[in-house]
Amino acid sequence: MADQVLDAKGLNCPLPILKAKKALKDVPAGGTLEIQSTDPGSVADFEAFCRTTGNELLESKTEDGVYVFLVKHTA
Amino acid sequence: MSEQNNAKSMSIIVTKGSLDWAYPPFILGTTAAAMGMDVTMFFTFYGLALLKKKLDLQITPLGNAAMEMPMMGGHMTMPNVMAMVPGVDRAATVMMKNLIKKKGVASIEDLREAAVESDIRMIACQMTLDLFEYRREDLIEGHELGGAATYIEGATKSDINLFI
Repeated sequence: MADQVLDAKGLNCPLPILKAKKALKDVPAGGTLEIQSTDPGSVADFEAFCRTTGNELLESKTEDGVYVFLVKHTA
Repeated sequence: MSEQNNAKSMSIIVTKGSLDWAYPPFILGTTAAAMGMDVTMFFTFYGLALLKKKLDLQITPLGNAAMEMPMMGGHMTMPNVMAMVPGVDRAATVMMKNLIKKKGVASIEDLREAAVESDIRMIACQMTLDLFEYRREDLIEGHELGGAATYIEGATKSDINLFI
């Protein structure tokens, strides 16, 4: 279970990333943030975001048409 | 601002101020800032209008051959002779803004606010301000004034430089 959950469903690029970055500020280091998105582009974008920022993408999956990402706040 | 030391940096020259052209610089600027980069945006010529407190951005199908609006399962393009009819720009703008809302795309106002919040350095071109007779108080808080040399100084140290 993630420490925090961000509902970014219905939002388009770049809002899921911008909101995730904002939400990560309130997640303590080592904590996790779950992001739910309906933007198909967010799959590649969260991978790129995590690679660039150094945060860890623990999980990326699809549940009933919703893309779910689990990001560990490490950077 | 970025939490990392030695953060990478990006600069964008923003030269266009229509509703469609306002998107690429603000999307890339805010996303780069979210990814820990130091971002500078230099607003010049028509791009300077994007710093005005009150935004009234428009779109035009005139001379915009690639503009296709989704309509009734297909796409609608508009010949120039129709695009120049009074009121068509306004209608196209309303249509685009409805699409933007419907598809969950951020408004330019929201993206600009995100840019301010993420400490993007925004430089208003002094020459453009004089040329088009804008007043500094018409522009949003937080911008600085500068010219070509101000931009170049930042660009020489920047990892990515874009002209939009």
